[in-house]
Amino acid sequence: MSIAALAFYLFALCVIAGGLFTVISRNPVHSVLWLILAFLSSAGLFVLLGAEFVAMLLIIVYVGAVAVLFLFVVMMLDVDFAELKAGMAQYLPVALLIGVILLMQLGMAVGVWQASDVAEAQRAAVTPDGVENTAALGHLIYDKYFLLFQLAGLILLVAMIGAIVLTLRHRKDIKRQNVLEQMWRDPAKAMELKDVKPGQGL
Amino acid sequence: MIQADLNIIVPEIVLALFAMLALIGAVYTSKDKLAPMLTWVTAVVLVLVAVWIGINGEGTRTAFGGMFNDDPFARFAKITMLLSAAAVLVMGQDYMSRRGMLRFEYPILVTLSVVGMMVMVSAGDLMALYMGLELQSLALYVVASIRRDSVKSTEAGLKYFVLGALSSGLLLFGSSLVYGFAGTTLFSGIIAAAGEGHAPIGLLIGLTLVASGLAFKVSAVPFHMWTPDVYEGSPTPVTAFFATAPKMAAMGLFARVLHDAFGGVVSDWQQIIALLSVLSMFLGAVAAIGQTNIKRLMAYSSIAHMGYALMGLAAGTAFGVQALLIYMAIYVTMSVGSFAFILTMEKDGQPVTDITALNMYAKREPGKALAVLILMFSLAGVPPLVGFFGKLYVLRAAYEAGLIWLAVLGVIASVIGAFYYLRIVYYMYFGEEGEALDKGKSPVLWVMLMGSAAIMLVGVVNLFGIETPALIAAEALLR
Repeated sequence: MSIAALAFYLFALCVIAGGLFTVISRNPVHSVLWLILAFLSSAGLFVLLGAEFVAMLLIIVYVGAVAVLFLFVVMMLDVDFAELKAGMAQYLPVALLIGVILLMQLGMAVGVWQASDVAEAQRAAVTPDGVENTAALGHLIYDKYFLLFQLAGLILLVAMIGAIVLTLRHRKDIKRQNVLEQMWRDPAKAMELKDVKPGQGL
Repeated sequence: MIQADLNIIVPEIVLALFAMLALIGAVYTSKDKLAPMLTWVTAVVLVLVAVWIGINGEGTRTAFGGMFNDDPFARFAKITMLLSAAAVLVMGQDYMSRRGMLRFEYPILVTLSVVGMMVMVSAGDLMALYMGLELQSLALYVVASIRRDSVKSTEAGLKYFVLGALSSGLLLFGSSLVYGFAGTTLFSGIIAAAGEGHAPIGLLIGLTLVASGLAFKVSAVPFHMWTPDVYEGSPTPVTAFFATAPKMAAMGLFARVLHDAFGGVVSDWQQIIALLSVLSMFLGAVAAIGQTNIKRLMAYSSIAHMGYALMGLAAGTAFGVQALLIYMAIYVTMSVGSFAFILTMEKDGQPVTDITALNMYAKREPGKALAVLILMFSLAGVPPLVGFFGKLYVLRAAYEAGLIWLAVLGVIASVIGAFYYLRIVYYMYFGEEGEALDKGKSPVLWVMLMGSAAIMLVGVVNLFGIETPALIAAEALLR
């Protein structure tokens, strides 16, 4: 077995184990940690594929930002996970039944799956020859899929506006910092020196 | 190359830039005090863009390698959406300002959602479709819960969001199966890969999932569960918006996907659409009978109307698409008028949604009652009003495509559905004496109500000539 194959099986095993334990661990903090293991291992799989840029993205964005955010949420919100899971036993049989049916249907579909004759030709190559995959990705996103990239930006803008509209409240009874007012404060008016004689008050 | 592409999407760019400028402008000036003015300006901009598209648009052009289509079909849908969005914005302005709900973000979110709708009806690629759909939906989720201190409004937004996310999941799952089959997400590539006749199983599952996701968006039975709650919980002007432009956009998108990407396998999706159509018509007609809340009633009414529109789509012919477009244009006009009336329903300044409040309305305000009578008859499809011609078109489309059973069931459902429209009229003219509603003062609402009713009467002559543009649009889609 070559080193690459060994690495693949190692990473793949870690992804599956990480995913499984994310779902079944009782402590939500442990779940997040297992999730991080799954992310890291999938980053390893991407490196094996030669897509190092995507691998780095996965580590920086998912492990660095998303998972840490999850951790914050899990630790800061007072959510009783045991109580949330309490109703699960009740729905489990139905959920299992639906799951099995879906699985069987998928199995049937995959069993007779056939791609179109032209599919292979129409499918875009992973990386064009002689172009690094990071550069190829850049060409795709900023050139071929320019419209989609801009639309994704608009969607994020809507998400931002929405978050502000639905949560920001302007309260009138709190003090706010006004930088200009602070800078233009006149020391002569704000301070006054008094000569207080001993034994007397003001 | 990019220059030529950008030229084609200028209307979308203009609207997006307007939204961003308005956002920055309002944030740095007087914020919500600017909102009424901004609402009017937005409405004017939407109308101007609609006029511009109507005058300038010519022929069929594609941009970004086929990802974006500018053809008569897209333009027909865009003009309908832009005009109805403008009308709804103007209608709701007074209602929302009086209740302190009119934030300056409201017209901006509506504009951005209209940009999403314009991308939807122009999409030539599964990815562009999804982007447009999400842009539209995300803005709609926010405006549904814009009255954030009300439990019902928040519930409406949340429900819409969760079910919308589920439907997006279905759509994406279907899209990935379609991609797996065809090797491309471009509609032109999918239709080439699918060939003629019957779709192989992989494509069929993908097609079904995509259709289910889209059926959620048009609120066709059995994917309609969110509609009554969202319509009831959202502020009425927002409900009016939901019932108009997004419906047109989702229907346009539905027609575009089915004909542009799956046009070779019509017989495979025809049965799905026909089933959705029958279920929607009957559930919309039967479930509305027990409703006394006029907003829930309009929700079921919209489900039923979507059923009729889908009947046109189920025909799978150019005439069917033409019927669909005409039906949607008429439905949107009727909805604008009906919601203009619902917005005037107030007692002591508080909105009333119970239909029994309309008792003997005709005695106090005969003019408006007559307009509502015309609108309700038109919604029910009573000849010789315009709504009847819309139904006639889709029934003819179904009949000519050989779906005679569908046309017969459509007629039966429309007879059942007529009951609850006529009940409103009955309350207005023959109901018991009850407490009077406030006299509406808003001239805008009066104009919208009377205008819509007048269109229903005058349009009988030639439907304002929308048949020809609708025919050109339908032929462009089925090229």
